[in-house]
Amino acid sequence: MNINLTLFGQMVTFAFFVWFCMKYVWPVIIEAMDERQQKIADGLDAAERAMRDLESAQSQVSDRMQIAKQEAAGIIDQANKRAGQIVEEAKQQAIAEGDRLKVAAAAEIDQELNRAKEELRGAVAGLALAGAERILEASVDDAANRALVEQLAAQL
Amino acid sequence: MAGENPASTTEYIQHHLQNLVYGLHPENGWSLARSAEEAADMGFWAIHVDSMAWSIGLGLLFCWIFRSAATRATTGVPQGLLNFVELVVEFIDGSVKDSFHGNNKMVAPLALTIFVWIFLMNFMDLLPVDLIPSLLSLAGVHYQKVVPSTDPNITMGMALAVFVLMLYYSIKIKGSGFVAELTMHPFNHWAFIPINLFMETVGLLAKPFSLGLRLFGNMYAGEMIFILIAMMFAAGAGTGLVAGGLNAQLFGEYTNGWFWLIIFTLVVGVCWLNLKGRVSTIKTVLLCMIFMTLGGGVFALGGGLMQWGWAVFHILVITLQAFIFMVLTVVYLSMAHEEH
Repeated sequence: MNINLTLFGQMVTFAFFVWFCMKYVWPVIIEAMDERQQKIADGLDAAERAMRDLESAQSQVSDRMQIAKQEAAGIIDQANKRAGQIVEEAKQQAIAEGDRLKVAAAAEIDQELNRAKEELRGAVAGLALAGAERILEASVDDAANRALVEQLAAQL
Repeated sequence: MAGENPASTTEYIQHHLQNLVYGLHPENGWSLARSAEEAADMGFWAIHVDSMAWSIGLGLLFCWIFRSAATRATTGVPQGLLNFVELVVEFIDGSVKDSFHGNNKMVAPLALTIFVWIFLMNFMDLLPVDLIPSLLSLAGVHYQKVVPSTDPNITMGMALAVFVLMLYYSIKIKGSGFVAELTMHPFNHWAFIPINLFMETVGLLAKPFSLGLRLFGNMYAGEMIFILIAMMFAAGAGTGLVAGGLNAQLFGEYTNGWFWLIIFTLVVGVCWLNLKGRVSTIKTVLLCMIFMTLGGGVFALGGGLMQWGWAVFHILVITLQAFIFMVLTVVYLSMAHEEH
């Protein structure tokens, strides 16, 4: 129980262990712990940031969708309008074409009619002359009669 | 083991409280002391081999455990030993940050060393008091105190080392302010310098003494109680089957180590079977009590229960004492760093 050299032995031993701990144990462990703490904090930050990014991306996506829907609706409207327009135009064209064809046909009919009239007049004049020649038999002045008959034919 | 007669009881206790001493004997020169008288004759020039060996051994154990954890320290997921070590380190770091406000890289490692080392030294108290001394006496070593912190040399050695640090930092940080603190406090007048000096010196010296003696006193008392309880195991010797059990019947006053080893094996075996789930807990407790009663009688049973109870309580004491030593060291060093 008496105080002896053990006292100083213990002091030296103590100093050695404290030195060892200070040099090889404490800094290493504390450093690793601090670094890990930093890493965890960074990781949590990153996760939060990612969450926020995701949220903004989602809201962006829904915005875009809205715009796209509106655009699509606009395009459909336009297309419908355009289709109506085309149908209308086609109708107008068809009517115009029909009219044009009608006019042309009428003109052709007129032409045919005139030509037939012309031919008929010629034929009537010949027939009348031949008829009159036979009736009057050679005594008739051909030139005076022709003018008379042509006058008659023009009245037809 | 001691019988019931007072002389051998005293001997038993004294034997347990005697260190293994190597020193300069006036007649034998440098030698191992073979008796308490020889150890006392050696005076100051002696060293407690057992205290030093256990203390250094446990210090090395601390260094080894914490160093191997430190080499494995990663910034990734900590596992196993590293977890435990980091728990301790973080606890110490928190305590130091709470009570130490100076800027000193040494205080935290110092606190860690003190806490773990003293805890390990105190922990030796929980080993059965006779276990290691008996084994070593078989090997020819007759004196052995396995708890270094029951040796005032060890506790005062650490306290004095702390005291040296206190003085060093007081002078380094405060310089002449430290002298002023000693002389001009609490009465700030030149006429009071002698009184101030006396009071402050007493106050200063009280710190290492209280630090070292508190730990020593607690551990010494705890060890003493373990020794007293241990005597119960043989107290019933020669008193018949009920009080002394088979031990008393078979061996009388001279107890036999092998006999106790058998009892010990039986008790440990039952506990092991319980842990494996083969024996229910109630049966385990009953069987253990029956074995102990058979072996050493009612006294041994009582001794066993008391040993167990005191050990459970002592777990608290050893941790608390290690913690108190550490916190006070930090507080004293913090005071050394603070200017008034």
